[in-house]
Amino acid sequence: MHAFDYQAPTTLREALELLSKPQQSARPLAGGTDLIDQMRVGRLTPEVVIDIKKIAELNALRVDSGGLHLGAAVPCYRICSERAIIDDYSALVDSCRIIGGVQIQSRASLGGNLCNSGPAGDSIPSLIALQATCLIAGPQGTREVPVESFCTGPGKNVLRTGELLIELRMPRRAPHSGSHYRRMIPRNEMDIAVVGVGASVQLDATGKTIVAARLALGAVAPTPLYAESASQLLAGQPVSDALIAKAAQAAREIVKPISDMRGTAEYRVHVTGVLVQRALQAAIVRARGEACDYRPGH
Amino acid sequence: MSRKRVVSATINGDLVEFLCEPRQTLLEVLRNVLELTGAKEGCSNGNCGACTVLMNGRPVVSCLVLAMEAEGAEIRTIEGVACGSHLDEVQQAFLQGAALQCGICTPGFIMQTEALLAENPQPSEDEIRFYLAGNLCRCTGYDKIVRAVQSAAAQRQQASHSTQATR
Ligand SMILES: Cc1cc2nc3c(=O)[nH]c(=O)nc-3n(C[C@H](O)[C@H](O)[C@H](O)COP(=O)(O)OP(=O)(O)OC[C@H]3O[C@@H](n4cnc5c(N)ncnc54)[C@H](O)[C@@H]3O)c2cc1C
Ligand code: FES
Ligand code: FES
Repeated sequence: MHAFDYQAPTTLREALELLSKPQQSARPLAGGTDLIDQMRVGRLTPEVVIDIKKIAELNALRVDSGGLHLGAAVPCYRICSERAIIDDYSALVDSCRIIGGVQIQSRASLGGNLCNSGPAGDSIPSLIALQATCLIAGPQGTREVPVESFCTGPGKNVLRTGELLIELRMPRRAPHSGSHYRRMIPRNEMDIAVVGVGASVQLDATGKTIVAARLALGAVAPTPLYAESASQLLAGQPVSDALIAKAAQAAREIVKPISDMRGTAEYRVHVTGVLVQRALQAAIVRARGEACDYRPGH
Repeated sequence: MSRKRVVSATINGDLVEFLCEPRQTLLEVLRNVLELTGAKEGCSNGNCGACTVLMNGRPVVSCLVLAMEAEGAEIRTIEGVACGSHLDEVQQAFLQGAALQCGICTPGFIMQTEALLAENPQPSEDEIRFYLAGNLCRCTGYDKIVRAVQSAAAQRQQASHSTQATR
């Protein structure tokens, strides 16, 4: 690896000062599961690596009246073991349980997954489905950006020099709502998504009509996508197979996948629809308060 | 720019101080500075699990940890598993079940199994396979490894049920 300096600030102020020092390229380090390999192969050569894991704000993990506050550096395993998240933000747990293996989950954060901005990042469709916003701090103060507007291309996002992602915020779970993320991979575990779909659904009190839904798609375009029209056509409609098939078709119409060794573009378009149906069905089951028998890898 | 610094960490119960550069990974320091060569380098990109160690009780791939990040941490490596010449249940089960051939993946599998059994003392076969998915083995075909983990779990259950201390 190239030579660099390592800093581990304990306050946000120090971190922001380090990040905005002129004439010095700096890179935040959360779990390092993307960054360390990218430095090893020489793709990134920052002069200073800023370990952000000692900053309290980036380790926040709490649900209050405003919803979920998830610090950008919280590792996946902490997210998976938090009761309030398992119950109310299930799609996040579905994502965190399949990012790499257990060793990767000990370190990998959702802030890192989002800032790496890979089209197939497994947490991003869940964050979009759960209506997450990014709290970003920088030399000019803080700003908020919805997750669906964060990524701008493969490996690219809206962060400007000197800015740091602090927290991901998600509204409180609405009554009679549920969420799910699932992906298609050729193996059972440890692979990159061919397609990934996040869904969140709110039902009325009878559990028969959809009040609102949000669908998001990964690995089928240069950035993860919010499937807006597919989401909107579900609102106000009674749950039926025909309705779910219509949403799947609407999702297929907005994807722009590539062909690669994991699958052809045509295959990805097809799988998008299949996964939209399955993700919606599982989210609906969860919204009804029923157990969903989803097991990753099956 | 990349000054060497002294890092102190507890490794297998002993407080250890070592000098390292920011660009050195924990795996490099364990193997090349501290001469703890049990953790293996298979891929150095996080995919094979041969370099698995426990950091503050959690399994991590030490090729994707900077040695500087180990400041103040508690690290357990394969060298800290046996007690003198007395192998622990997991090591014994791997030997008895012939759960290895070339053995390069074994330290990683054993550390990952230690983490699994600490978290979940009676895992199902499915849970074992899922937990060990980040460890690759080119030789065994995995079945013998899964059986060794089951047998180690059973041994530990038995040991904790019997009133006599086994060590
Ligand atoms: C073996 C293996 C398997 C993997 N499997 C998967 C998988 O199945 N699915 C998947 O989606 N990913 C996978 N990954 C990729 C990676 O683990 C994830 O993207 C992970 O979430 C990255 O998080 P991190 O905390 O390790 O990020 P880091 O590597 O620390 O950071 C990633 C990037 O984001 C920047 N960054 C981090 N935090 C911030 C912040 N707060 N503000 C601004 N910039 C920031 C860093 O500078 C860096 O450029 C895998 C990686 C490995 C090695
Ligand atoms: S050497 Fe670390 S995972 Fe392969
Ligand atoms: S025994 Fe040879 S790789 Fe596992």
